[in-house]
Amino acid sequence: MTAALTKIYVPRDTTACSLGADRVAVVIQQHIEKNQLPLEIVRNGSRGLYWLEPMLELETEQGRVAYGPITPDKVDEFMAAACWLRSDQHPLYLGLTEDIDYLKRQQRLTFARVGVIAPTSLEDYCQHGGFAGLRTALAMKPQAIVSCVTDSGLRGRGGAAFPTGIKWQTVLDTASPQKYIVCNADEGDSGTYSDRMIMESDPFSLLEGLIIAALAVGADRGYIYLREEYPLAEEVLNRAIDVAYANGYLGKAIAGSNFSFDLELRLGAGAYICGEETSMLESLEGKRGEVRSKPPLPAISGLFGQPTVVNNVISLATVPIILAQGAEHYQRYGAGRCRGTLPFQLAGNIKYAGLVELAFGYSLRDLLEDFGGGTRSGRPMRAVQVGGPLGAYLPESQWDTALDYEAFIEIDAVLGHGGVVAFDDTVDMSEQARFSMEFCAIESCGKCTPCRIGSVRGVELIDKICAGKAPAQNSILLEDLCYTMANASLCAMGGMTPIPVRSALEHFAEDFEVDAGPASRPSPQA
Amino acid sequence: MGLASNSPLEHENLVERIIKELQDLPGALLPILHRLQDELGFIPPALLPVIATGLNLSRAEVHGVVSFYHYFRSSPPGRNTIQICRAESCQAMGSRALEVHAQRALRCKFNQTSADGEFTLLAVYCLGNCACSPAVRVGDEVYGHVDAAKFDSLVAALSTSEVQVK
Repeated sequence: MTAALTKIYVPRDTTACSLGADRVAVVIQQHIEKNQLPLEIVRNGSRGLYWLEPMLELETEQGRVAYGPITPDKVDEFMAAACWLRSDQHPLYLGLTEDIDYLKRQQRLTFARVGVIAPTSLEDYCQHGGFAGLRTALAMKPQAIVSCVTDSGLRGRGGAAFPTGIKWQTVLDTASPQKYIVCNADEGDSGTYSDRMIMESDPFSLLEGLIIAALAVGADRGYIYLREEYPLAEEVLNRAIDVAYANGYLGKAIAGSNFSFDLELRLGAGAYICGEETSMLESLEGKRGEVRSKPPLPAISGLFGQPTVVNNVISLATVPIILAQGAEHYQRYGAGRCRGTLPFQLAGNIKYAGLVELAFGYSLRDLLEDFGGGTRSGRPMRAVQVGGPLGAYLPESQWDTALDYEAFIEIDAVLGHGGVVAFDDTVDMSEQARFSMEFCAIESCGKCTPCRIGSVRGVELIDKICAGKAPAQNSILLEDLCYTMANASLCAMGGMTPIPVRSALEHFAEDFEVDAGPASRPSPQA
Repeated sequence: MGLASNSPLEHENLVERIIKELQDLPGALLPILHRLQDELGFIPPALLPVIATGLNLSRAEVHGVVSFYHYFRSSPPGRNTIQICRAESCQAMGSRALEVHAQRALRCKFNQTSADGEFTLLAVYCLGNCACSPAVRVGDEVYGHVDAAKFDSLVAALSTSEVQVK
């Protein structure tokens, strides 16, 4: 009989791997084989403490302990220290993982298993509460499932914050022999990666959410529309779907019931606009990703003209815990009309970048300072863009705003999908405003004029203003253009591009003066 | 990328095989284009009429789809495809300087291939690696905290032209 092997966890997540986690796993395996070490590598997902990646964990009697960052150049020395014999004797020892302050101060509901389990191990998933929500749902009537989601207060986590339960109710109430569930996994916002983490680190939670949604509204077919830029998520999701089929969680007679549901992964092809739900449906139908006019709502006439639930990854991955623990439990978190938690993603020029799942109601400053720890460059933080490329740039005077959908709308900003991108004082806000218009021009689907043409004119106007060409008149024109785009665009792409532009103009007007510009600023520190 | 030969006839056989396999999927066009680009590295314009016929679409409809999506390309890429993220999180960490450096180092602009055919340089808008900006993707590998020096060593490790010269 061989002695029990100690588990050593090496994350397999895009960001951990971008810092060398795969290489670290290879080297550790070589050490294990060469020296017959009593270790067994488990590839978990990432806990989302990205400044510590690659963060390794060892199983001990007290629980899992962490070390990080163990980059490929440090792994030989790490293995030489033989931490599995005496765990706390290493300079990069971080103590019990669960006790790391950054994790301990979070409220991880949707992300409870992320980084803990081996992503495609059904056994791990079930041992950590997986499929408890589905079991509950299978014993409920469709209306009761929908009501539970409505009562939980869950709102669409893709960014639009529309109540998930109301969307489901519309699909449930629309009679049709064919209904669809579509998961929007086209996470294109810069500064966001929470969908990616769920798909790479806990894919079964998304599958479980999809199955429950299908059960609730009476759909028998679902699609996950995943962006092409996420190759690891594609691999993990496809594996999870195979495992789910092989174990009776997808296909016919799910979990012993008489309910059937088929699920397929589809890939996007590098179009930001396909994150807009109607554009995504067009793309799934094999067409150009051009936005549709609404109404009809997708809930009434969606994919192939049938009633369709379109939900973001985080919304769907949150459904299982709502069903498992009850609407009231989820309701208890949050503030005002924002119930539950939002996984915030700290990005850009920030010292402690990572995933922070918090109940609504903390302030942006709590995130930036208590969690983020200031800038990575060490220079003063000057602007923060919240909510992706269509979100406002916020100056320090607005950082005390509560992280709450309505509080952000009040200051002409959006919380969106929870991305928080920090900039230090080397940022030139006229360049950022120009980029917002440029990005809209590159990614516009071209269907409506305000977005297609307005974005091109917007770039030209900002260039003129910054070059000192009739800045007063051109500023009036730019504001007029923003007004037109905001009010006359077909979808949020053109409609919200003015948000970052106007916020830059309003709060950082000095950057649009002729003698400003990058030449007079300190150079950015990479 | 597959190793299918470059003869037009073989391309046609390949696309017909792919169409046969996938044409019954609802909304089959994108899956077919993906498979074709996986195999050939690009979507040869000469194949559009074959796809159109196979799916009972017009050539214009197929061309419209291929040209709409940034990912689909109509000409062969270099041996390595390098994507540099141009989005905000990477901008906050110096990607504007990295873009300039990369175009100078490879002596080509975005959407072009270096003269030795080694590298195709592409812009990308977010790789979801925003906690470790700036981010670069080569094939299916993503790299974090990429500055000019790290970019150069990446390129050096991938480059075979030096070996060929010798």
